[in-house]
Amino acid sequence: MEIPKSFLGYKRENGRVGTRNHVVVLPVDDISNACAEAVANNIKGTFAIPHAYGRLQFGADLELFFDTMIGTGKNPNVAACIVIGIEPKWTKRIVDAIAKTGKPVEGFSIEGSGDIKTIMKASQKAQEFSQWASEKQREECPLSDLWISVKCGESDTTSGMAANPAVGNLMDKLEPLGVHLCFGETSELTGAEKVCATRGATPEASKKFMKTWSDYNDFILEEATNDLSESQPTAGNIAGGLTTIEEKAFGNFQKIGSRKFIDVLTPAEEPKKGPGLYFMDTSSAAGECLTLQAAAGFNIHLFPTGQGNIIGNAIEPVVKLTGNPSTAVNMKEHIDLDVSKILKREMNMDQAGDELIKTTIRAASGRLTCAEVLGHKEFVMTKLFRSA
Amino acid sequence: MAKTDIIIHDKKDNVGVVVIDKITPEQNCNCWVMENDGSVTIKSKSEIPLGHKIAMIDFKEGDTILKYGHDIGKVVKAINKGEHVHVHNVKTKKWFKKK
Repeated sequence: MEIPKSFLGYKRENGRVGTRNHVVVLPVDDISNACAEAVANNIKGTFAIPHAYGRLQFGADLELFFDTMIGTGKNPNVAACIVIGIEPKWTKRIVDAIAKTGKPVEGFSIEGSGDIKTIMKASQKAQEFSQWASEKQREECPLSDLWISVKCGESDTTSGMAANPAVGNLMDKLEPLGVHLCFGETSELTGAEKVCATRGATPEASKKFMKTWSDYNDFILEEATNDLSESQPTAGNIAGGLTTIEEKAFGNFQKIGSRKFIDVLTPAEEPKKGPGLYFMDTSSAAGECLTLQAAAGFNIHLFPTGQGNIIGNAIEPVVKLTGNPSTAVNMKEHIDLDVSKILKREMNMDQAGDELIKTTIRAASGRLTCAEVLGHKEFVMTKLFRSA
Repeated sequence: MAKTDIIIHDKKDNVGVVVIDKITPEQNCNCWVMENDGSVTIKSKSEIPLGHKIAMIDFKEGDTILKYGHDIGKVVKAINKGEHVHVHNVKTKKWFKKK
């Protein structure tokens, strides 16, 4: 197949391109959720991203919180952003950082005026943003404006056989076109970590990966009460035939095809070494991983599943594919691309990769994904340790 | 092309994955080796559902399971060629708490 050269995206002020045109109302903290949701309810064309944190965090955990909030606002899928927090200082820190992209952003703090007056003021600004954003048009953009993140979930043995290598095939074909790519799931590479480390494009990248993996593994061994076989693989993985974390890891690893990663990112860190494949240190829980990848600036996500994970994301469209013929039928409404013909050898990996490229470009150009249509807007903060 | 019942990832692998709804005991199964487009056959000894693994050789306790050409765990209970390979006879080598 000749790979299409372009997709239709929204050009942003800072040169990045969005696959969506969201106007979001971002609460800084848990107690501002109510206010943010009231604004989103008042003003059509906007939505709130409620979450559970933002109070009394400190140290590295606080920094990750800010990186996640700021990165979410900066993501090119967000056209404009209202930020609402209880106090002005942290609210302003987030607003100022998002404003550097050049997009419309305005902050409101509740302390001293209460929910109702804040809702009124923020709603007036949200109306202005919503109408402004509604006039933005999609334009033809090169594929190199795609920043594609990947993460698999509710995997089974069909994931390693069909859906994950189909993603790998897409990576092999799109990386030479200058696309940014990102995989994560540090703990889920356990068993394949040494093989994964050999995929570093430089000795530094390999070394950085091994240090990241070892640190995560040490943390797991420190906190674990058993061999973790109750959580990894999950009950769904085991039902699907996956026996050990090693087997799951080698299946997971098929997603990067024959690519090499050029750098290792900390959670939510924006890639700075140009196009290519990046590894990000993330949890293997889908909600947390996708939230971190979206905060790093990725604008479309590919999610292979075996037994049928139903995840979406607040700002990144999530394209789901499966190689499991039962899941493709029984959970049809969640599956954007069925590659189960690979199991019957009626489809080869080259064809699966091509189909996935077409599906990805359609979703990037505006076709709603299954997760979007079904209302999945998961946004899950990664918490490094307890708050003060 | 004969119907494929089992897919084997790598020619070094000693297990295969069932890719039809299920295989039943005494079934003669066609296996396809992805890596080199090879074919082998095996007679099953267990009922094994879609996505689950079959032993391509006899295993004794302590042996290593190879899939994708790599070590994916240790045998904790002897397995005969053709039998179901899963959590009842194979365990991870990872994540055991250091005593």
